[in-house]
Amino acid sequence: MNYSGLKIFWEGLTGNKGWNKVWKEPTPKKEYDIIIIGGGGHGLSTAYYLSNKFNVNNVAVLEKGWLGSGNIGRNTTIIRSNYLLPENQPFYEFSLKLWENLENDTNYNSMVSQRGVLNLFHSDGQRDAFVRRGNSMILSGADANLLNDVELKELCPYLDFENARFPIKGALLQKRGGTVRHDAVAWGYARGADAKGVDIIQNCEVDGFIIKNGKCIGVETNKGVIKAKKIASCVAGSSGKLMSKAGIRLPIESHVLQAFVSEGLKPILDNVITFGAGHFYVSQSDKGGLVFGGDIDGYNSYAQRGNLPVVEDVCEGGMAIMPMIGRARLLRMWGGIMDMSMDGSPFIDKTHIKGLYFNGGWCYGGFKATPASGYCYAHLLAKDEPHPVAEDYKLDRFLKGKIIDEKGQGAQPNLH
Amino acid sequence: MIIQHPDLGPRDSSEFVYKGDAELLFRPERTENADQEIFHDYLYLRNNPAGKHRELWYHEYGDRSWLVVTRDTTNHEILKVEYVKDYIKSYKVK
Amino acid sequence: MYRIKSGGLINRNKELNFSFNGKNFVGYEGDTLSSALLGNGIHLVGRSFKYHRPRGIFSSGSEEPSALVQLEEKNFTEPNIRATTVKLYDGLVSNSQNHVGSLSWDFMRINDYLSTFLSAGFYYKTFMWPKAFWEKVYEPIIRNAAGLGKLSKESDPSKYDKGYLHCDLLVIGAGPAGLYSALIAARTGAKIIVVDEDFILGGSFNGENININDNICSDWVKSILSELNSLKNVRLMSSTTLYGSFDHGIYGALEVKSYNSKNTITKPRHILWKIYSKFSVLCTGALERSILFENNDLPGIMLSKSVRHYCNRWGVIPGNNISIYTNNDDGWETAKDLKKAGCNVVCIIDQRSNIKPPIENIDHILGRNIVKAKGNLRISSIKLDNGRIINTDCLAVSGGYNPNLHLTCHQRGKPKWNEVNHCFVPHNPPKTMEVIGAANGLFNHEEMFNDSKIKLTKILRNLGFRKIAVEKVNISKKVYQISPFPKKIPEGKIWVDLQNDVTVKDIKLAVHEGFHSVELLKRYTTLGMATDQGKNSNVLGLSVLSLIKNKTMHEVGTTIFRPPFTPVPIGAFAGRSRGKHFKPFRLTPSHNWAKSNNAVFVEAGNWLRAQWYPIKGEKTWRESVDREVIQTRNNVGICDVTTLGKIDIKGKDSGAFLNFVYANNFGKLPVGKVRYGLMLRDDGIAFDDGTTARFSENHFVMTTTTANAVTVFRHLEFCKQCLKPDWDVHLISTTDHWAQFAIAGPKSRKLLQEICDPKIDISNDKFPFMACAKITVLEGIPARLFRISFSGELAYEIAVPRRYADFFVKKISEIGKKYSLVPYGTEALGVMRIEKGHAAGNELNGQTTAHNLGLGKMVSKLNDCVGNTMSERDELNKDDALKLVGFIPTNKKQQLVAGSHFIEKGQIANLENDQGWMSSVAFSPMLNHSIGLGYIKRGNQRYGEKVNAVNPLKNEITEVEIHSPHFYDPEGELLRG
Repeated sequence: MNYSGLKIFWEGLTGNKGWNKVWKEPTPKKEYDIIIIGGGGHGLSTAYYLSNKFNVNNVAVLEKGWLGSGNIGRNTTIIRSNYLLPENQPFYEFSLKLWENLENDTNYNSMVSQRGVLNLFHSDGQRDAFVRRGNSMILSGADANLLNDVELKELCPYLDFENARFPIKGALLQKRGGTVRHDAVAWGYARGADAKGVDIIQNCEVDGFIIKNGKCIGVETNKGVIKAKKIASCVAGSSGKLMSKAGIRLPIESHVLQAFVSEGLKPILDNVITFGAGHFYVSQSDKGGLVFGGDIDGYNSYAQRGNLPVVEDVCEGGMAIMPMIGRARLLRMWGGIMDMSMDGSPFIDKTHIKGLYFNGGWCYGGFKATPASGYCYAHLLAKDEPHPVAEDYKLDRFLKGKIIDEKGQGAQPNLH
Repeated sequence: MIIQHPDLGPRDSSEFVYKGDAELLFRPERTENADQEIFHDYLYLRNNPAGKHRELWYHEYGDRSWLVVTRDTTNHEILKVEYVKDYIKSYKVK
Repeated sequence: MYRIKSGGLINRNKELNFSFNGKNFVGYEGDTLSSALLGNGIHLVGRSFKYHRPRGIFSSGSEEPSALVQLEEKNFTEPNIRATTVKLYDGLVSNSQNHVGSLSWDFMRINDYLSTFLSAGFYYKTFMWPKAFWEKVYEPIIRNAAGLGKLSKESDPSKYDKGYLHCDLLVIGAGPAGLYSALIAARTGAKIIVVDEDFILGGSFNGENININDNICSDWVKSILSELNSLKNVRLMSSTTLYGSFDHGIYGALEVKSYNSKNTITKPRHILWKIYSKFSVLCTGALERSILFENNDLPGIMLSKSVRHYCNRWGVIPGNNISIYTNNDDGWETAKDLKKAGCNVVCIIDQRSNIKPPIENIDHILGRNIVKAKGNLRISSIKLDNGRIINTDCLAVSGGYNPNLHLTCHQRGKPKWNEVNHCFVPHNPPKTMEVIGAANGLFNHEEMFNDSKIKLTKILRNLGFRKIAVEKVNISKKVYQISPFPKKIPEGKIWVDLQNDVTVKDIKLAVHEGFHSVELLKRYTTLGMATDQGKNSNVLGLSVLSLIKNKTMHEVGTTIFRPPFTPVPIGAFAGRSRGKHFKPFRLTPSHNWAKSNNAVFVEAGNWLRAQWYPIKGEKTWRESVDREVIQTRNNVGICDVTTLGKIDIKGKDSGAFLNFVYANNFGKLPVGKVRYGLMLRDDGIAFDDGTTARFSENHFVMTTTTANAVTVFRHLEFCKQCLKPDWDVHLISTTDHWAQFAIAGPKSRKLLQEICDPKIDISNDKFPFMACAKITVLEGIPARLFRISFSGELAYEIAVPRRYADFFVKKISEIGKKYSLVPYGTEALGVMRIEKGHAAGNELNGQTTAHNLGLGKMVSKLNDCVGNTMSERDELNKDDALKLVGFIPTNKKQQLVAGSHFIEKGQIANLENDQGWMSSVAFSPMLNHSIGLGYIKRGNQRYGEKVNAVNPLKNEITEVEIHSPHFYDPEGELLRG
C-alpha cells in the first residue's frame, strides 16, 4: 500500500476502513538465512536494507518486547554528522545522507527536519577545537559553519549573552543536522522490511545461542529454537547481557541516560542547541515539547531510570544558556540503557564465533546512526565484508591501539 | 542514591565519583614480554552484569577514600560497601 | 450555576478580583481559579490540542486535562497552568490558550470538521511530496498549530530555591489516610514530614459532606491538623507536590510558594525539596475517571466527585440543571450533596440495572447508557440508549476510581488489575514505601482507616518506635460497588484523551494497523502523552484496547508512569544555579591585585584568570599582549600560576610511586631538583604534564595542568589506594594552600634576590636551572622556589602560603618597578609557550601519545608504569604518525588559524589527503609574525617543507612551512643563563 495525501483523502471519505496492517505478525519459521536479534531502530534498519538494498529477504527480526521498544523509543531524536575523527565522520555523514532521503526510500513520513544543530563554544580553546572539527566535516563532504557571537545572536536572540557564567562566544552550526520523529523511523523501516518478506516477530526473547563447533547456528527463544546461517546481535543497551549468553565479553559498560520533555509550547526554539560549558542540549518537537537531555548518570545500570543529581544538572545547564525556559515545565523524565564503549565509538563487526555478528556500543549517539548502522550491518551480513565507512568499528581495535576517541577520555566509558 | 560509607555513614552519591568494575583493582604487572593482551583484557573487558556488581566509587567530596560498592544494576540496591583495602584483603583470603 | 450563600472553605468576606480573557471577575479567598470561574458561570476555558474543540473545567484537581490557562502577563507569563490548582489571588490575570481568533470562535476548529482526514498517525502517511515542502510548508504549519501555551521569550524573572529535608517517615498526601497515618506516627515521636499538593491539607475530606466521630469530616481534619501543628517532630507542607520517587528513599518535592509573581522577584516562587526518608507511606487517594459516549468532551461534562467538591468546598454549583451519569455508588453521593445544597438535580443515570438506589428521593434511570451528548460550547442535552433525550447544562460523570499510584511506579513497579474494584492497584512499590487507603484500591473509609492502623504499627515498629497509640475513628461504612466496563463501545466521536484529542476511533485504527501493544498504541495515537500524562485517559484507553483485543485488562497492562507526578518548572530544578551563579567562581590569590591593575579576566574552568592587563592608550588586546611578552622577554614579568594543580607527595615509597605514575623516571631525581614529568593514562595516551620537585628524600611536590588538577589527584589516589595499597605514600592536594607565581625574564634573578631573605643564594651556580628549595622571602615568609621556565626565559616559580599572596604580589610589584616588572596574563603566557613549542591543553587533548608529542623517548621501557605497555600498541606507533611541530606562514603577513588542516600542496582538500591539524597559533611579537604548533604526519622529518593549511570553514588556504616547534631560543640558552 502506498501512503500519500490522496490515499488519506480517499480513506477519509470512506471511513478509514481500507488501511492495511503496517506489518504482519507471523509465527517464526524454523530457519532463516539471517536472524537479527533486536527489533529496535538499528535492527529494523538492518532488516530494511538487507531486504531492500541487498536482496536478502529470508530474514527474521526477533524483538523481546514491542517493536521499537529499545532506544529508538526513548531518545532525543537528534541527527547530525558533526564528528571530528576520520573513522567516524564519513560514517555519520553517510547516515545523514540516508536520513535526507528516508521518506522517499520508505514511503513513510518520519519527519526528518533539518533545523540546524548548534554547538556553542565559550572559550578560545573550544573555538579552536570546533574549527578543527568543522574543517574535518567539510573535508569529508559534510556541511559546517562557524558563527561568531554576533551571527549567533541573530539566530538565537534568547541565549544569555549578557549574564552567562561562561560567555557564549559563538557556535559551530551544521545546518543539515536536525531532528526526526523517532518512533516513526522504526515503523517506517519495519513496514518497508515487512513488505519485502522479512518476518518481524515481537515478544520473542532470545534465551541463548546454539553454538556447534565454534559456529553459531541458531538461537533458543521463548518461541522455540530458530535456526539461521547468520545471527546478528543488534541490541545496544543490552549487548552485554545478550552476548554473555554466547560467552563473549565486550569492551562495553551499560549506563543509564536520562532524557526529558516539557509540556507543549508554541514554537520558541528552531534549532538543536548544545551547551559547551555544561551538560545540556535541547530541541523543540513538532508537538511543541522541549526535548532535552544532558549527561549520563555515570554508574553501570540496567534499570532504565535515573536519579535527581543529573536532572538538576541538566536543568541548570538549560537555565544557564536560555533562562527563558524557567517557566516551561518538565513533563516527563525517563531513562534508557546505553552501550557505553571504551572509546565512545561503536562496533559493527563479526565476532570470533563464526556466524555470530555484533552491532552495538553506540553510547548515547545511536539514534542518528540508525540508517547507516543498518546499512553497514546489512552490508557486512550480506557480503561478509565491512562497508567502507564502517570498517574501523572493529571489536579488536583496542588490542591494536586503533582507538576512536572523539572526546579524548580514554578507557572510562562514563566520560564519553 | 545513598552510599553507606563504612565510617561516615549514609552519604549522597553525588559526593562520589564513579570509576567502574572493581576488577580494575587487579592490574597486571608489566613483564619482560610486556603482554599487551593481558593489559587489554584488564583495561577493556570489564564485568558488566545485569545484577550484582562490585564497583569502585571515590569519595571525592568527602574523605577521598576509594570504596568497593556491591550494587544491583537492575534496581540500584546497594548490598555492601567496603574500603578497597578491606576488599582486597577478603579477596585474597578467598 | 451559582454560589451557595454559605458553607465550604471559602471566606465570603474576602473578595478577590481577577480577570480571564480580559474580563474582570470576583472570587473569594479559598477559591481556586477554576472554582472562581465556575462561580462566575464560566465553563469554556480552552481548546483541545488537535481538533481545537471547546474545553471546559473537567476536574477539581491536579489531574485536570482541559482547563489549562496562560497565567499572568509579559515576562511573568506562564503557560499551561491548570486552573484547578491555582490558589486565587487578588489581581490574577489569566487567558485562554491555543486558539486562532477568540476562544468561542476558534478558526482552527476547522480541524474538527476535517477530522476524518486527520485520524491517528495520518501525518506519517503524507506530507512527503514534494520533498522540499515538508520543511518549508507542512512542518511550519504543524508547528504553529501544535503546542499549547506560550513562553515570554524573556529571561524568567523569578527566584527559585532548593532545600534538603530528612525524616523517619514521609507521609505523601494529607487526605484522611495521610492525616490519620501522620497522627499515629507523630504521637510516637518519629520525625515526620507530611506533604500535599493542595493549599489546604485534608484531601478529599475538604470536599466531602460525611460525618466522622459525629462531626463533619472537615472538622475532623481541623482537629488532627491542630494536634500535628503542635508537635515539634512534625513538618506539615501544603502546596507541596511530591513529584518523584528515587533510589533509596529519596523523594523530590515542589513547594509552590506563590503563583503571584509580584512576590517572586526577591522571594522564591517555588522551592525544590529533596526529602531523604527512612520510610514513606503513599496516601494519595484515587482519581475519578470518565465514561465513554459520543461528545463526552463537551464543556459542562465534569467528573462527578469534582462537581461534589465544587459544591461542598467552594460553594459553587456548576450548573442549573445537573445530571449525573455513573457506574458506581459514588455518583449517588454527588446527587445527594447537590440536592442538599439546593441544586436542581435532573436525574441520575446508572449503568447498573440490578441495584437498589443507594440514595432515595432522586430521579433515577437504571440500566441505561448515555450514547451522545449535544451542545456547542457547552453541553445542552444528553441522549440515552433508549432514545430518550434529557436537557441538562452540566453532566457529572463517575466512571469509577483509579488509585493514584504513580509514585509506586517511578522505580518501575508495575500495577496489577483488580477485578473487584475494576482498577489498577499498586504492585512492587519501592522497598521503603507502603501504600495506604484509596491509593491502594481501598475505597471504603472504614477499611482505609484499618489499613492505615495495621500498616503504620508495623512500619513504626520497624523504625524502632514502640509506643504506638491509635486514635479511634467512627465513620459510617460506605459501600463502593462498580460495574465492569461495558462490553460494547458506543459509536461516534468518543473522547479518550481530552487534551490530545484521542478518540475511540483512533484506538480502533491503531490496533487495526498493528499498534496494539500499549506502548505502541500510546506512541501512535499520543494517548496519555498530554500534560496529565494519562491520568484521565490511560485506563479508559486500555479498556477500549482490551475490548478490541478481547484480552483482560491485566493482559493489556499499562504504560509506565514516569516522574514527575505533575509538571515541574525547569527553573525550579535549576534553583539558584543560573546566570553568574551557574557555577561557583574560583579566584586566584592575586585576583584583587590584578583587578586593581585593570586586568581583563577569562574563565578557565571555574577559575577566573587575568587574561591581559591593558594600559592607557592600548586599543586592542594584541597591543597589550605583545607588550607583556616583549617586556617580559626584555626585562621581567609576573604571572599568577596558582591554578596549576599542586600535590604534596610524602612517604618512603614516594619515589617508586612517581616512577609508577609518570612515564619517565623520578626515583633518581636528586633532592633539590625539579624534573618535567609526562603522565600517561592507563591506555597509554598522554594524560597530563607538569613538574615535580624533590625537597627531601621522601617529599615531592607535583604540579599538574590547571585543567587536570582534579582528575590527576583522583588518579593518584586510585593508584595509591587501589593499585599500590601497601606502599608508604601520602597525598594531599595543596592547590589552594600555596599561591604560586611565575617570575620570568632576564631580570628575574635580580628581582628575586631583592625579596629573598639575605642568606639565600640564588646565583646560577648555587641555584641552577631545575633547582628547587624551601626558602624565606620578605623577612620570613616561607616560600618554595623552583627554577623552572614555561616562557623560555631565565625564570622561577615561587610559592607562598596563600594568606601572604596579596601582600607578596603587591610588594614584589613595588620592588619590581625598577626592573620594569610587568604583570602578564594567560594570553602572553600562551604566546610565550607557543614560541617555545611547549604543549598545552590544545595539544594534550586526550587523543595524543608521547610519540605524537615528540616525547616518545621519555617513556620508560624498563619499569612498569601506568600506560607504558598500552602505549606500545602497533597502531599508536606507526611510522607515519602525527608529530607535533611548528609552522610559519610563507607570507609572513598572513595569520595562521588554529583548527586548520594540513594538505600537501597540489592536492585536493579532502579527508583522504588530510595530514593533520594546527592545534595552537599565536602572533609572536619577538619574530613579528604568526606562528603555530600542530600535528602533521612525520612532521619531525619534514622541517622546511611547505604545505597548505586549509580552513574551509572560511574558505582560506595559507601556505605554511614546517618548522621546529622551538621558535624562540631553540638551544635553550636563556633559561639556563
